Amino acid sequence: MITIENLNISLPGFNLSDINLSIGEKEFFILMGPTGAGKTVLLEAIAGLVPIKSGRILIGEKDITKLPPEKRGVSIVYQDYALFPHLTVLENISYGLHFHRIDKKQAEKRLNRLLEILNLSHLKERLPINLSGGEKQRVALARALIVEPGVLLLDEPLSALDPGLREEVRTALKRLHQSSITTFLMVTHDFAEVLSLAGRAAVMNKGLIEQVGDVKEIFEKPSSPFVADFVGMKNLFKASFSGTYAMVSGLRIEIGRTVDPSSHYLAVRPEDIVISREKFSSSMRNNYSGIVTRIENQGFYYEVEVRVKDVSFKGLITKVALIELSLEEGIPVYVSFKASAVHVF
Amino acid sequence: MKKEPFFWVTISCGIVIMAFILLPLIEMMTAPSLAMLKETIKDKDVVRSIWLSIYTAGLAALISFVLGTPLAYLLARSNFTGKRFVEGIIDLPIVIPHPVVGIAILGVAGKNHWIGQIFSELGIRIMGSVTGIVIVLTFVGMPFYINAAKNGFESISPRLEKVSRSLGASMFSTFFRITFPLAWRSMLIGIIMCSARAISEFGAVVIVAYHPMIAPVMIYERFEAYGLKYSQPVAVWLVTICLALFLILRILTLRKPREE
Repeated sequence: MITIENLNISLPGFNLSDINLSIGEKEFFILMGPTGAGKTVLLEAIAGLVPIKSGRILIGEKDITKLPPEKRGVSIVYQDYALFPHLTVLENISYGLHFHRIDKKQAEKRLNRLLEILNLSHLKERLPINLSGGEKQRVALARALIVEPGVLLLDEPLSALDPGLREEVRTALKRLHQSSITTFLMVTHDFAEVLSLAGRAAVMNKGLIEQVGDVKEIFEKPSSPFVADFVGMKNLFKASFSGTYAMVSGLRIEIGRTVDPSSHYLAVRPEDIVISREKFSSSMRNNYSGIVTRIENQGFYYEVEVRVKDVSFKGLITKVALIELSLEEGIPVYVSFKASAVHVF
Repeated sequence: MKKEPFFWVTISCGIVIMAFILLPLIEMMTAPSLAMLKETIKDKDVVRSIWLSIYTAGLAALISFVLGTPLAYLLARSNFTGKRFVEGIIDLPIVIPHPVVGIAILGVAGKNHWIGQIFSELGIRIMGSVTGIVIVLTFVGMPFYINAAKNGFESISPRLEKVSRSLGASMFSTFFRITFPLAWRSMLIGIIMCSARAISEFGAVVIVAYHPMIAPVMIYERFEAYGLKYSQPVAVWLVTICLALFLILRILTLRKPREE
């Protein structure tokens, strides 16, 4: 268990302010946020690698704020692997064993188990220079876990890998987490990783924690405009609220519930927006007619921007839907979404 | 493909420079006859001064290694106000004219300075002694070692050290297990540069210690007293022995490290 209390860090040109975070025992916790949000600094603070200004960090019941990195039982895995280039795979993995009193049999057992789970047995004598990216990252994971740390910190461990390898290492991570006693704390930008690995997560921005909670909650009920935008709620508008509806630049949007009148924003996920040529007859409370202003290919999906009065809605549709609806820029369409798809904050 | 005029300019300049460096050296190396070289190396004074040159330069490199390594590491790893200033000070001995270095060192080592007085009370003589020579050579050679070692440390990702610490290694263990094995080549190159610079020093040494005579001083003395012909064989022996030593060290460093 990691408890961070009122942590402040000030580095040249960068501050982490008042971080409070509590991560449960054996949890898989993910830190998200844009570049420069301070995620890596927070990880390195937990590992004892950057000086902290004030606050406390506890692992379990133990205050580790003043302990040097080697006494914390916190391992770290970096995006660029940081393997020791002059040591073989085997020497890299067993490096940490030199500094822990573990009897030989026990050490060998751990080593063999990690070699097997991470499928590294055939690479033992290789040097890091002769490994692929995925192999390097698996070695880095084994090296970090062989000392059975209380906490494993992962700094974007998968983002330097090719998409195919990424899935392979992700699966390995999941298996390692399920079979170990270690708390995992990982930084990532990738929503697929967040959704498949994490139980809980936090979103950071500019040195502050914006939201902490279950992954589902963060994606479905973002607590601030920043988080909403970050998790992909592209339709984010400033609004005024009264009763069960909101006004966005003169457009009346039904929310189907009364909300805190101090709210200022509403958001709708692009996946929740239905675009049609005919007026959509369903239970959807919000129906508007507008003009397609932009169609953008995003690989598997197309993002369609529809202008309704002064408001631009973005919806996601498949290629098949695009062809069936014969959408082009400049043609009139209908935009619909449920009142329950509207998020307010 | 027709080569551009610029290409021919670069080639011509290159040839001029090669000739400029090599011609005088080849001329000097081939001037003395084998008999003369034989006779010179039998001269006990010559052997003694070449040996003195080599081991004082070696000592200067050793001192630079011991004292300079921690500073080089500090400069490579941390940022602090005044770091540029410290780096500037380290480079000072490179730009100061050599006789000035000798005079400056005598200034603090002489009887009129409290440091000189402490030395003399301890029975350490600077003027005209091996100690004096080593001090002067360390002064002029140290910047070369520190800069080379610093570059070596800078080329190692700090993350390797961070990972090592997080796995339970103390700072000392990390240095000896990770940093040193990855940086020793740069450190060795620094030692070679430092001792090469030290062996070539003349101006500063001649002011602090004419005797005991290091090889460059002896070459100068023979040239002054007997002329070019008698100074050349000593020079040839000094250059040959130094080149041989540096070559051996270079071969050791150039062997491909297994991690590359």
